[in-house]
Amino acid sequence: MATITTPTTEAPRGAPAAPGTPGWLRWVDEHRKWLFAAPAMAFVAALLVFPLAWTGYLSLTDAEGSVRAESEFVGLRNYLDVLSDTERFWPAVGRTATFTVVALLFEVVLGMAIALLLWRPFKGQRWVRVAILMPLVATPVAVGMMWRLIFDPNIGMANQLLGWFGIGPQPWLAGQHSALPTTIFIDVWQWTPMVVLILLAGLTSLSEEPQEAARIDGASTWQRFRHVTLPLLMPTLTVAVLLRGIDALKTFDILYATKGRGGGSFHEVETLNVYAYGLSFDYNEYGVSSTVLILFFLIIIGAMWALTARRKEAQR
Amino acid sequence: MRRRAIFGTSLAVVAAMGLSACGGGGDGGDGGSKTVRITLANHVWTDNIKKALPEFEKQTGLKAEITQLGEDQLSDQYNVKLNAGSSDIDVMMYRPLQEGRLFAKNKYLADLSEQVKANKDWDFGDFQSGPVEATTYEGKPVGVPIITEQEVLYYRKDLLAKAGLSAPPKTLDELKAAAAKIKASEPDVAGFVARTGKSPAVTQFSSFLYSFGGDFVDGSGKAAVNSDAAKQAYAFYGGLIKDSGPANVSTDMGWPEAMAIFTQGKAAFYTEANSLYKNATDPAKSKVSDNVGFAPFPAGPGGSKPYNIPSWALGVNSSSENTANAWKFIEWATGKAQTLAQQKSGVPGARTSVWADPEGTSTFPKDLVEAIAASTKDGVGHDRPLVVKVAESREIVGQPIVDAITGKDAAAAADTANAAFQKFLDDEAK
Repeated sequence: MATITTPTTEAPRGAPAAPGTPGWLRWVDEHRKWLFAAPAMAFVAALLVFPLAWTGYLSLTDAEGSVRAESEFVGLRNYLDVLSDTERFWPAVGRTATFTVVALLFEVVLGMAIALLLWRPFKGQRWVRVAILMPLVATPVAVGMMWRLIFDPNIGMANQLLGWFGIGPQPWLAGQHSALPTTIFIDVWQWTPMVVLILLAGLTSLSEEPQEAARIDGASTWQRFRHVTLPLLMPTLTVAVLLRGIDALKTFDILYATKGRGGGSFHEVETLNVYAYGLSFDYNEYGVSSTVLILFFLIIIGAMWALTARRKEAQR
Repeated sequence: MRRRAIFGTSLAVVAAMGLSACGGGGDGGDGGSKTVRITLANHVWTDNIKKALPEFEKQTGLKAEITQLGEDQLSDQYNVKLNAGSSDIDVMMYRPLQEGRLFAKNKYLADLSEQVKANKDWDFGDFQSGPVEATTYEGKPVGVPIITEQEVLYYRKDLLAKAGLSAPPKTLDELKAAAAKIKASEPDVAGFVARTGKSPAVTQFSSFLYSFGGDFVDGSGKAAVNSDAAKQAYAFYGGLIKDSGPANVSTDMGWPEAMAIFTQGKAAFYTEANSLYKNATDPAKSKVSDNVGFAPFPAGPGGSKPYNIPSWALGVNSSSENTANAWKFIEWATGKAQTLAQQKSGVPGARTSVWADPEGTSTFPKDLVEAIAASTKDGVGHDRPLVVKVAESREIVGQPIVDAITGKDAAAAADTANAAFQKFLDDEAK
């Protein structure tokens, strides 16, 4: 078979510099693409790379009290200390994972169910959509404070409501073991609408033909969902899981607004974020706090990598 | 290798700031300007001073710019701004016992030695010695105390009368019995309420600890939260809340939550700082304003030993470029006239002359004045461990409180806490 070769000469970009132009102007001309990108690159470096590098440096020191005070370079000691801390660090890792996985699971399943319900037009659909999106537009801190009032064990509405059905008062956020599930509930309440929004966008963009073909072949509703809708929706679903997963991993405001510093008296809802915040602002231990943040950063990168790898696998 | 950190702030701080969505104000940096930038906490004192500001502005020709924040946000703001060496705070309201040592050690607070001597009429010698001691670091005054606090017993006169009690309890044992009696006869009302959060409860628990004869550290500076007295105090405080406290009690209550239960008419007894009394007696805030009584802190085996402390002070940010005008504000805000006006509207001050002036106590409930007088006589000058890293130490010594409230073994918790506290003290001494 004859091979077709295409000319590989560089296409001229703009008018060539006229003979007699000064050398610097020619240099500018040749490096145009870098020069235009430079401000943006400097911006990214200043806002992303520098703080990250600075945190990395702090994590190798014993900085405490004030970041302006003298601190000593301690190598990997903070990392060894943090990684062997089974009292605060590892339980916080566990809670972060529990919170993320459970909240995500509920949000995706519920979100899918609601999106499927809203998919087909019905009367009053517009109003239902608006109502469902309400929690999404509220500030998480305000949401946390609102639920804190509702879940107050003595004067809150939740227990009054249970009372009408003859169920005894529950400790909700106050309980040592019920606090984390309650905050997960709040997160699900606030963020399921976001999953609905993404999935609904995905559903409405799906082509009708495969559905119709399946219907003609006599597939049941469940079969159509399982074998047609779900596979077609997979890319959208992965996006939803990715976005919401990263967000859930770094949840802070709902936890802080409902349980305060340290995630409660028994650190019931202390996730990595709440822990790092406490190390910085309550204990003024900037070195250890930076170590926790760097480790947390690595965990997020790892989780993202795993999720995107799975996405590629699913698409193969 | 020793290195001096010269850069401003870290990602730890930046990230946490982002997370908490704190917004910074506009940075000016206009040195020696006519505008004094003052950061204050949400407090009755602040409300009063804001009303009086026009007077200050007229007197001095300066403009006062107030930033007002909740206690936690205030702390975070200082941690970020002072850490970065920001000059956009001139005057700062701070808690001498909570942050005083840390701020002074970090050199955030300007040395006020010259200023306090400058004006004879202002009279620094008039300030009570306990509060002044708390605002002094390494022999130098770094703040001026503005609010003092003692722990007193708040109670409901009507519930006491209904239970057939003619006077408020004088001892902790009487308090326990009265609380149990009222809870048994009034199904919707708790006998006793107090702070339950691990860290917030420490300050109010301290008076129980002292009255049982204990303290956080002993005479030689060793951790003492597992002494017999301390174990009894933990068991008593936690037990009182567990047995006579509100149903479904949470272990997260600070003063706003505990006060809400009391002012909603859901508790008979409440031990709290006297400086918060207006919350209970103001009809706009309290459903039981007509029936609130005050009594000195009940005596334990070691006597009645409530804390008697300066809770807030004013300091000058050492990075401020407007220190002269900052001092002018402090001088005015802590002068005799302002202190008297503050005290008349219910804020206990630190000036001896104002307490000696009958006008200074004229607006306080009579029983509260008596309770305060008793507290200042036998009071203890601290309500938390006297260390640099106060927040961390509070969490350690507060753990047995929440353990006792949730029905765990208080003595075992005290032993564990003591070991942790000793390690903490050793680390800090290094």
